[in-house]
Amino acid sequence: MADTGDMKTIPSPIGESVRRVDALEKVTGDAVFTDDIQFGPGLLHGRVVRSPHPHALIKRVDVSKALALSGVRAVVTGEECEEHIGLYLKDRYIFCRDRVRFVGDPVVGVVAITDAIAEEACQLVEVDYEVLEPVVNPLRGMDPGAPLLHPDLGTYGVADFIDPKPGTNIANHFKVRKGDVESAWKECAVIVEREFQVPHVQHVPIETHVAIAEFNQAGKITLWSSSQSPFAQRNLIAEALGISQGDIRVIAPYVGGGFGSKAGVSVEGTAVVMARLVPGHPVKVRLTREEEFFCAFVRQGLIAKTKVGAKADGEILAMKTEYYWDAGAYTEYGVNITRASGYSSTGPYRIPNVETDSYCVYTNHPVGGPMRGFGMPEIHWGIEQIMDIVADELGMDKAEFRLRNCLRGGDENVTGMIMHPIGLTQCIEEVKDAIGWGVQEPPSAAHKLRGKGIAIAWKAPAMPPNAGSSAWVHLNEDATVSLGVGGQEIGQGTFTVAAQMAAAALGVPFEWIRISTPVDTKYSPYEWQTVASRLTWSMGNAIVAAAKDARRQILEIAAAHWDEDPEHLDIRDGEVISYRTEEVMSLKNMVVYGLPLPDDQGWRGGPIIGHGNFMPSYVTSLSNETGQGKRAVVHYTTGCQAVDLEVDTQTGQITILRVASAFDVGKAINPDQVRVQMEGGIVQGISTALFESLQYKDGVPQASNFTDYRIATSVDMPDEIIPIIVEVPQDDGPWGARGVGEHPMVPTAPAIANAVFDAAGIRIFELPLTAEKVFLAIQDQGGKS
Amino acid sequence: MDKHMISFTINGVDETREVPSNMTLLTFLREQLNLTGVKSGCDAGECGACTVLMDGEPVNACLVLAAEADGVNIRTIEGLASDGKLDPLQEAFIELTGTQCGFCTPGILIQARALLDRNPDPTVDEIKNALRGNLCRCTGYTRIIDAIQAVAQEGG
Repeated sequence: MADTGDMKTIPSPIGESVRRVDALEKVTGDAVFTDDIQFGPGLLHGRVVRSPHPHALIKRVDVSKALALSGVRAVVTGEECEEHIGLYLKDRYIFCRDRVRFVGDPVVGVVAITDAIAEEACQLVEVDYEVLEPVVNPLRGMDPGAPLLHPDLGTYGVADFIDPKPGTNIANHFKVRKGDVESAWKECAVIVEREFQVPHVQHVPIETHVAIAEFNQAGKITLWSSSQSPFAQRNLIAEALGISQGDIRVIAPYVGGGFGSKAGVSVEGTAVVMARLVPGHPVKVRLTREEEFFCAFVRQGLIAKTKVGAKADGEILAMKTEYYWDAGAYTEYGVNITRASGYSSTGPYRIPNVETDSYCVYTNHPVGGPMRGFGMPEIHWGIEQIMDIVADELGMDKAEFRLRNCLRGGDENVTGMIMHPIGLTQCIEEVKDAIGWGVQEPPSAAHKLRGKGIAIAWKAPAMPPNAGSSAWVHLNEDATVSLGVGGQEIGQGTFTVAAQMAAAALGVPFEWIRISTPVDTKYSPYEWQTVASRLTWSMGNAIVAAAKDARRQILEIAAAHWDEDPEHLDIRDGEVISYRTEEVMSLKNMVVYGLPLPDDQGWRGGPIIGHGNFMPSYVTSLSNETGQGKRAVVHYTTGCQAVDLEVDTQTGQITILRVASAFDVGKAINPDQVRVQMEGGIVQGISTALFESLQYKDGVPQASNFTDYRIATSVDMPDEIIPIIVEVPQDDGPWGARGVGEHPMVPTAPAIANAVFDAAGIRIFELPLTAEKVFLAIQDQGGKS
Repeated sequence: MDKHMISFTINGVDETREVPSNMTLLTFLREQLNLTGVKSGCDAGECGACTVLMDGEPVNACLVLAAEADGVNIRTIEGLASDGKLDPLQEAFIELTGTQCGFCTPGILIQARALLDRNPDPTVDEIKNALRGNLCRCTGYTRIIDAIQAVAQEGG
């Protein structure tokens, strides 16, 4: 039997750059996003009164004037929100009850017949605060005398792999103790110690957060939301409100950019509790761009203190790291970013002696959430610069130093896990070739300096050990296939590769697959979340299982009909074929109506529905004391980038000329989609490297528009991006595939910093590398100019 | 609130409607005409997601009042294809993966159409400059520029 589950043979259209299944509706304006759904005249509008203070106690809330305004239908305060909500650590009320912890914290929700009336009513709400000292720096937050943001931390519900410290501002502390760092320093010829800083940045999806919630009179909820996590939203809201998961329906249309910000629960909770007061009416809450900047999740800030030692021959012996995450007021994902950064704290290096302390510290800043890379861009900013400095002090070529020390399949990594086969060395070699490593190229003008930098990276899906996926396929009369998935299309192309995998595993043309959209928790199969670059691998495995289930049913019917063994049959290009008799049968009609028995004696078969699921079964816990365990994660995706750039010594401006990027994706289901992930990720990486930083003054955000917070535009992109695909198969991935959505922005910023050093002889340890900072560093450090 | 009676052409169809004085063209298109392909990303003229053509000129619909559309020929993403045939730019965006999440795509396609109508053979720098008011967070702009270039080389 030609088993489509045999991942060694590669059937069409796996590995083919088919066009995106969503492209046509996205270029015509047909594609429906959440805010495009029309709700008619019954729609009400919700607006939120938010804290103007980073840290304060709520002394009095008076909503009487707001309630009296004509057109206002309801007002909700923290009094109606008794339950905590949170993904890994339940540390939030949906509306604040006694205390506000960041500028933007929701205090009162107003529901009105128009958005303008709701906005006007918000001005009429009176809140008295007792202002408290804000914690605006994670190091200050660590002080024993610092104000406590969460005096009740010890009472919050918490996942068993998160370790909060009641009585402090530490929401999680993850430790690695491996080998003997202190003894190892004595054997090192070179020891380098540096501190690195990463500011908060915003995801900036072009579509702001939007959610519409409706209660019916029986208390059942429908929630339409722009969401990466419809099932997690269902679960968290059900737990917080004490409602059955079966009585909450989340409908999630296309997401207009997520990058992590639309994972978990944020604005959706406010919409739900506002809608609870007005059954029968959908209530829409849509963040303004201003709110999006500081009321949605931001990427956590980081202070990283790192020390690395190597022998004279270039072998890295020891690494000691402290991470202080500026988690913001609540954590949602931050506690797990802290953990992931701890268990990945060496970067993709083989280091026998490691000591890491990763702290998630509450501050009175906006809520730190997941963002593309889940902590990895932030920690690689330091890792990949300090490795460059060590190589420099050893007098070694920086690419050679990485080749000398990087992880290979079979090596033991920082948590004691034996690495699966990876193509990291191949990525480094490919990138060296593509960028012309070691070749000095002339700058375009006398006042400019040109240089090249390299960085490597790794990232594992960071998730609970048992995060699962499921899928179904059902066959239509004409043998087109409805494919049900719970993973979400957020731009990364997942619906397209889902269709490719279903077509390949079932044996039908790609054009026959229809994704059942939108994702709807009432009808779609369960999917943990669209995060962690996990769908191609995890949801892909579920799709293959579902397609194989349908295929088995079809072959059994056909085999009985032909009086053959299913083992001798196959489905190819939408037809059942017998390898023995060479008979051929169309799938059309038989996949719904079955096949007639001989002599009109009845029928066999029935409408074909296949289902499948996948859940990793092998991830183990890690020791609380040492961070060691058999298998911390499902796998790591690894890669390398090199940057060729110019620095203008008169202005400090950096111009990125070329970027070469190679990632080991196991198997590229759709090579073109892998390449565009690299291109988009690199430009997002460039944007965070050169421009992006959320500035605060005493905890108060200073930027809330695209003028004050600049992101990369069309004129900032490099002249050339060279995306390179490396394929060392993943043993449990569909046809060997593993994810790559987040990874391309992980090494970009440090590769740029290393290239700036190569060009100008300056090091800047705090992102972003603004022209001003570069110019001043050239003055101060006396670079090469 | 004062209201205004306006007559205009929308994607080739003549219409007359009454609009409040303070309603933006963006709100009018999305909520009164159900042209939800026109996206709202900032309501401040900074992101370009709501770009439409007014008498062939690209504008941010969030910065124009609906009342200003009186006597104007408006074209939105919904009217970019005509007679059941996609605009070559739409074809190229599909072929070269010029779209990912797709939220900025309508505005960018309209901006690109305006560019090619006034300059059928733009340089790469001219393309980049034309797009600098249209933010995209997914694609890194590479394929968008490739697609516009490809159409320009085919004669617009």
